[in-house]
Amino acid sequence: MNQTIISAATEGGTNPLVPNPWEMLVVFAGFAVLMYIVVKYVVPMFEKTFAERAEAIEGGIAKAEKAQAEASAALEEYKQQLTEARTEANRIREEARAEGAQILAELKEKAAAESARITAQAHTQIESERQAAVVSLRAEVGTLATTLASRIVGEALSDDARSARVVDRFLADLENQNAGVAK
Amino acid sequence: MIALALPAQDSGTFTPPGIEELHLPAIIPWGAADGFSKQMLLVILSVVIIGTFFVIAARKQQLVPGKLQFAGEAAYSFVRNSIAKDIIGGRDFMKYVPLLFTLFFFILVNNIYGAIPLIQLPTFSHVGGAYVLAAIVYITWIAVGVRKSGLKYFKLATVPSGVPFYILPIVVPIEIISNFLVRPVTHSLRLFATMLAGHLIIMISGAGIEFLVMQENVFLKGASVLVLGGAIAMYMLEALIMVLQAYVFTLLTAIYIEGALHADSH
Repeated sequence: MNQTIISAATEGGTNPLVPNPWEMLVVFAGFAVLMYIVVKYVVPMFEKTFAERAEAIEGGIAKAEKAQAEASAALEEYKQQLTEARTEANRIREEARAEGAQILAELKEKAAAESARITAQAHTQIESERQAAVVSLRAEVGTLATTLASRIVGEALSDDARSARVVDRFLADLENQNAGVAK
Repeated sequence: MIALALPAQDSGTFTPPGIEELHLPAIIPWGAADGFSKQMLLVILSVVIIGTFFVIAARKQQLVPGKLQFAGEAAYSFVRNSIAKDIIGGRDFMKYVPLLFTLFFFILVNNIYGAIPLIQLPTFSHVGGAYVLAAIVYITWIAVGVRKSGLKYFKLATVPSGVPFYILPIVVPIEIISNFLVRPVTHSLRLFATMLAGHLIIMISGAGIEFLVMQENVFLKGASVLVLGGAIAMYMLEALIMVLQAYVFTLLTAIYIEGALHADSH
């Protein structure tokens, strides 16, 4: 059947399956020229553009990553500085507290020493005054005893009523003397 | 060929245009064959169109492409990624991108001619060009296979692994015929036949409309509108097939190359 169709077509000179060699040559040459243009110019240029674009995008990503890293490093640094500053502040506060306590202790000590000194001074004074009082008292008691003794001796110590009167008088004198002293 | 049985009216019988109509008179006649034909002019024109467009589109090389560059890149990326990378894959595909790219746009532009008024002639409605392209692809994929596996490639391509030895006498001839004899023929004729048939359908529709309009009978005149509607539908279908065939031809080329590259794993 194919044979009849082909032969029938060939008779008319138009078998569609028989190529025109000149046309084949033109198609081949045209294809070759186009292939040359594509291999030589089109593909390299497109590929170069694609590569550059990919690089630009990747470069951008790398840049962003770098910025991110820098930012986090800076944050870390700030945090560290903040921690350091806090530690420093704490340390200063501690120091101040210790210093204050020390000052207080010193003051207390000083005050205690002062009060001890004052007390000691007072003791000394009291002691010396007592000493003076004892001395003067001793002198006075001696005088008084001497006076009393002379009086007793001056009066006759024969009767009890008399001696009792002497003692009463002495005591009354003493009282008066005391009252005079009190006045 | 196919004689449409239309009622014979006053103006005689309808004689549909045949394959003869594809052979337009030569533009510049010379002794041999048909001289310088319209097809030859269109092939040269297509080379100029494709070459100029892509060189201009690719030349700027801007990171943020303009409209023209974007269109060029989209077209290039389509062949590069959707055909070459997806089918051939791996690290090998870049070597075959130029061939696939050139094939796709060469065939596409030469086919689309058939849908452009005034030009209205797909180059591959003549079989010669289709033979040439199929031959280029045929030689390419055999060369790829031989370079990859040496002469062992022919054994790999014709003796499928895992087939019992007693079936081999049947399978091997089938493989030889289908891979090495039928494949280039179908590859070229698929392109040529679709273009020829599409062009014939458009021509027949056109001639039919003309014939009907010339009729005295008002109803027959009116019937030409129906044929016009059909013709437009066929025109749309043809435009689709023109693009599709360029894609199919390139896709098959990629599949053949991939088969030759990985013959040992098939």
